Amino acid sequence: MMVSEQKIKMQLQCPMPKLDFDIITLGHGSGGLLTNRLLDSGVFDLLKNDLLDKRHDGAIFDVSAGKMAFSTDSYVISPIFFPGGNIGELAVNGTVNDLAMCGAQAQYLSLGFILEEGLTMREFWDVLLGIKFAAEQTGVQIVTGDTKVVERGKGDKIFINTSGIGMVHPRADISKARVQPGDKILISGPVASHGIAILSVRQGLEFETSIVSDTAPLNHTVMGMLDLFGDRIHLLHDPTRGGVATVLNELARDVRLGIDLQERSIPVLEEVSGACELLGLDPLYVANEGIFIAVVAAEAADSVLEYLQSTPQGNSAAMIGTVTDEHPRQVLLHSKIGGKRVVNMPVGEQLPRIC
Amino acid sequence: MKYLSEYRDADLVAKYIDEIHRTVTRPWTIMEVCGGQTHSLVKNGLLQLLPEQVKMVHGPGCPVCVTPLHQIDKAVHLARAHDVVLCSYGDMLRVPGSEMSLLEAKAAGADVRILYSPLEAVKIAQENPGREVVFFAVGFETTAPANALSVIHAQRAGVKNYSILTSHVLVPPAIEAVMDDDEAHIQGFLAAGHVCAIMGIEEYYPIVEKYKIPIVVTGFEPVDLVQGILMVLRQLEKGTYQLENQYSRIVRPEGNPEARKIIGQVFEVSDREWRGIGNIPGSGYELRAEFSEYDANRKFDVRIPKVSESEECIAGQVLKGIKKPYECPQFGKKCKPQSPLGAPMVSSEGACAAYYHFLQVMEEVE
Repeated sequence: MMVSEQKIKMQLQCPMPKLDFDIITLGHGSGGLLTNRLLDSGVFDLLKNDLLDKRHDGAIFDVSAGKMAFSTDSYVISPIFFPGGNIGELAVNGTVNDLAMCGAQAQYLSLGFILEEGLTMREFWDVLLGIKFAAEQTGVQIVTGDTKVVERGKGDKIFINTSGIGMVHPRADISKARVQPGDKILISGPVASHGIAILSVRQGLEFETSIVSDTAPLNHTVMGMLDLFGDRIHLLHDPTRGGVATVLNELARDVRLGIDLQERSIPVLEEVSGACELLGLDPLYVANEGIFIAVVAAEAADSVLEYLQSTPQGNSAAMIGTVTDEHPRQVLLHSKIGGKRVVNMPVGEQLPRIC
Repeated sequence: MKYLSEYRDADLVAKYIDEIHRTVTRPWTIMEVCGGQTHSLVKNGLLQLLPEQVKMVHGPGCPVCVTPLHQIDKAVHLARAHDVVLCSYGDMLRVPGSEMSLLEAKAAGADVRILYSPLEAVKIAQENPGREVVFFAVGFETTAPANALSVIHAQRAGVKNYSILTSHVLVPPAIEAVMDDDEAHIQGFLAAGHVCAIMGIEEYYPIVEKYKIPIVVTGFEPVDLVQGILMVLRQLEKGTYQLENQYSRIVRPEGNPEARKIIGQVFEVSDREWRGIGNIPGSGYELRAEFSEYDANRKFDVRIPKVSESEECIAGQVLKGIKKPYECPQFGKKCKPQSPLGAPMVSSEGACAAYYHFLQVMEEVE
């Protein structure tokens, strides 16, 4: 079944409970009667599990021996619904993916909401469905949470913070210190789809397109990769804000090595590349939500690529570059037409050009 | 993207580059007028592929770069003091005014919005009848039709709360200004393809004759650029001077008559100040008197003091091709994209930013 069909099935299976209020008001975050009514309304039953059902101030659970990873991220995306997903899905996938980049399978997630007064219950419900969907897809449990409501104008509909912990794969040894000259740089899917999907629905910039966000869990692919290749995976990174260019620049700076990129090898969907062209944006700087960069030992690179290409979202996975001890701290792009240029760190947000 | 990929063909570029190497026998200096061409030359790494004898200088065709400081100050003032919804194209927002950029004004609470089309601004005005909406109408001949159309739309729909702050500039007078400058020694031009797509090519014949220089109307893709450069070089080597059209797949000799009609209906030619260059007679557009109610300058009577440019910025010399960005003592030091002293470091089409981003002639030391 396609991901979009699975989402529709979940929406049909989980109709919104009947409530005596249509919109979120300040009282729903007061901690008093209205908060309890929101909690008891059936709204949060969506996320049901044993640990959450205890409704304690925090979750208490056993841990097994080994290394754990811990990560947090806040989600303030506007608009909250976009082609291919919503802020709820993003908030779960994002933190699960950050843990995956540490080589860890996310187990438990906290979920903090900051709601703006006036948010409709319908919108909130749809966000919660997104959260439930992503939690099921990634296999993570939401075990503790918090809801605050701010006055109208003090927020932007809904902000979400998630923190997560998970067990690190026993064979994983992922760190910047392991990156060395000769390592190959692989990417798990086409770049720039998320950022362009969001731009296509921003007020003032709307354009018609079938481009959808690539928001997706990466943990299964990463765990499978670690099962097969273990410590030959030197580093993982998801190129979210600032895109591939930012992540690789940070890497080059931190490890004091250079990176050579082949523009020809970098996968970009044709529609995305067309939209970037029209909008005057460089796909290398546009945000992604469902792909990762892997820096792997040279001798394993071909096999890792083969594995990535065999995974459900990996058919356009590619080897895009090499780590080198030449030009330390610089990312060099070999352009399609045979020229060379430096790929720099972006300054602030990428702004569209005039003509 | 089929239409573009043919013009990004590596083999074809290599062929033209070979031909350029075979053609050139002595040093030549060619200016590409348009910032979009500068961006493409640098982004695609074409400059390193040219023979050393061919010196490309980067012209004043970056609308963001040549918008005077005073105009930016006016826009900031309108957004802050008059509480208008100030709309503009994206890369205009980061250009430093004397006190702040529009982006900083936005952070300080002003209602500043990035749009792709001035028609969106008219829509915003219709949706917010209680607020004044101003579109900061910058650009060359390329953006003039859309800006003119927005005024016509507003007038037809009876929208009274919409106006434009014009800072339009024109290419041919800028070419003449460069040629008249004793310090600039340009021997041939690549004219801006998209400007000619609107305006046609007739205006360039008198310039070719007056200065006896070859001008080739050129596109923006790698193949376009190397072909355009080769066409100029062939003329230079032969000692001829003619107007040629490399970009004929887009540019018709008469331009786009419909767009020209709209421009003529709404705008009239006026003198215009260029940032870093100064006043160039007949080099801009102002709204015609019959559209004066859509002129933000008249509507708001903005009177703010004129502040002079940073003395450390040599933007004027860069825009006229007298100096390369890296010949500026502040390039990459005090002046960087995150803290620009002048506008060419802001827009990705500005020569300084293009060099900074893609070439990094100066090694950056953090």
